[in-house]
Amino acid sequence: MIEHHNALEGKSHFKGVWVFLEGRKGALRDVSIQLIGEGRRIADRRGVTLTGVLPGYRVEALARHAIGYGLDRVIVVDHPLLEIYRSRPFTKVMATLIHRDKPEIVLYGASKNGRDLGGRLHAVLETGLAADCVKFDLDDEGNLDMIRPSFGGKSLAHILCKQHRPQMASARRNVFLAPSHDPARAGEIVHQTADLSEADLDAKLLEFKEFVREGGQRPDEAEVVVSGGYGLGDPKNFGMLQELADLLGGAVAASRKAVDSGWIPKEFQVGQTGMTVRPKVYFAIGISGAVQHLAGMQESGKIVAINIDPKAAIFEIADYGIVGDLFQIVPELIRQLKELKAPGLPTEILPAAV
Amino acid sequence: MPPGRPLRILVCIKQVPKAQDLQVDPKTQTLKRVGVPSEINPPDANALEFALRMKDRMPAEIVVLSMGPTSFDESLERAVAMGADRAVLLTDRILGGSDTVPTAHALSETIRKIGGYDLILCGEETTDASTGHVGPGIAGHLDIPQITYISDMEIVDGRVRARRTAEDGSEWWETAMPCLLTVNFGCNRPREPTLSGKIRVKRGGVIVHWSCADVGIDPNKVGLKNSPTIVAKVDTVHLPPRARKMFTGEPREAVAQLLHALVEDGVIRP
Repeated sequence: MIEHHNALEGKSHFKGVWVFLEGRKGALRDVSIQLIGEGRRIADRRGVTLTGVLPGYRVEALARHAIGYGLDRVIVVDHPLLEIYRSRPFTKVMATLIHRDKPEIVLYGASKNGRDLGGRLHAVLETGLAADCVKFDLDDEGNLDMIRPSFGGKSLAHILCKQHRPQMASARRNVFLAPSHDPARAGEIVHQTADLSEADLDAKLLEFKEFVREGGQRPDEAEVVVSGGYGLGDPKNFGMLQELADLLGGAVAASRKAVDSGWIPKEFQVGQTGMTVRPKVYFAIGISGAVQHLAGMQESGKIVAINIDPKAAIFEIADYGIVGDLFQIVPELIRQLKELKAPGLPTEILPAAV
Repeated sequence: MPPGRPLRILVCIKQVPKAQDLQVDPKTQTLKRVGVPSEINPPDANALEFALRMKDRMPAEIVVLSMGPTSFDESLERAVAMGADRAVLLTDRILGGSDTVPTAHALSETIRKIGGYDLILCGEETTDASTGHVGPGIAGHLDIPQITYISDMEIVDGRVRARRTAEDGSEWWETAMPCLLTVNFGCNRPREPTLSGKIRVKRGGVIVHWSCADVGIDPNKVGLKNSPTIVAKVDTVHLPPRARKMFTGEPREAVAQLLHALVEDGVIRP
């Protein structure tokens, strides 16, 4: 355990901002890069150094690259047993470093691994961890104000960890802007050894199967998202949404109810327990609009709702709505889009300006 | 799996306001929470169903564990009626206001007292607080392996194999028991309570209530004042107002108006 970690007088021993750097296939996860930018801002306001922590195997080059995003130094823990993320050895390495160097703030990406690590680590360290933050600030006493959506994003909770150190938070992906990369930036690489043995490998990765998405677009990277809900009634109707998405150069997604019904894999789910998307246009088709769903799409540029129920909550946050049978409206949408895309064809029903 | 006795599975559940019934009041832009019924946190219901399916295939005992006020009995009774063998509720006023650190501590102490477990299952996160920190926190306290975000599992030669959903693919992990697994939201369809299950609940004796003193939990490690984090304030989010323009008429006409508007906005290109 950390000495004095509960005591106010011990707080002053904790200095500096750390960002846990998550490597994936020889690169940094985008959320780690985004967090370097946010960590830089916090460190500058606190007048302290910004450190990246990179446990991994043969990651020195990656550490040097990471500095270019704005770090002052990177602690590299290079060990064959850290080649892939595993809960126990990563927790052990991070706990050891935090005990020894006493950072004031430690930030993690709210990825699956980031949450897996943070959840285990905060219990072991007995310090606070705010999940899925979307904004950071400092209060009058210099505490980190960790701001996270609560109850489906309808409110923002300000979380403070006043008497425990380090203050820890995970941050949501694609909320903070990635800083630009300066390959000439100077920074220090600090090598730390890890006291790890085979006994720390309590879990073995047997197989990894990469998701293959049709059309290759991820909903959280697409400019247009066509999302289907329970109103689709049958998994085969996602074919119709895919056709619409293809015409718009977008990606298909789904509500939790459609995922729960087994119609489409979970990796397409938008909402509180799925992904957050911010496309230019979001089509909510046959989606009623529970707050948990809204949490994942309410920041979209334009929201189009198509639903048979005029009282569906989704219409409350839609820019454009059509009340009606999606099985008539979506095919009509596809038909008219094809006409739009095919020059020379009569577009008599469309206004002349188009 | 230890030979000669059933597999012992602990399922941690929380009672939360019913997710589907939570809607936003269009006038006040706040959540309508009055009169919202409670339910088993849906990812926890998936974890319970996961355990029940294992029990369908092999001899197993399922103990459901929760921490909260006695109103949580409603969910524990439902869990038993669905097929769990018994339930433990850690309930004590001094636990009020606990964040994830005391919660993980108190639950892991309770799990030690229950003892003899092979598997601990949790939902991936709760739908009300949505941190996902308590499951891994319990594993950390108990110093056992954890595999998070799983949707499938089997036991091969006494070892657990579980399929974990990562952002970019699925991973099959293998580990020893005892271990803790967190189960993906929506990875199965939780069963309804059975008649025989309801009868068992009615007969009584399936739920025990423990206080912190019963478990031996240090009062200085739980509750609001021993929680590292506090919620300093909550801001209501005022999202930019939406046009809420409805296109009516025949589908052909409504769709034409919609496309026109989207092209005018410059968000789709003709």
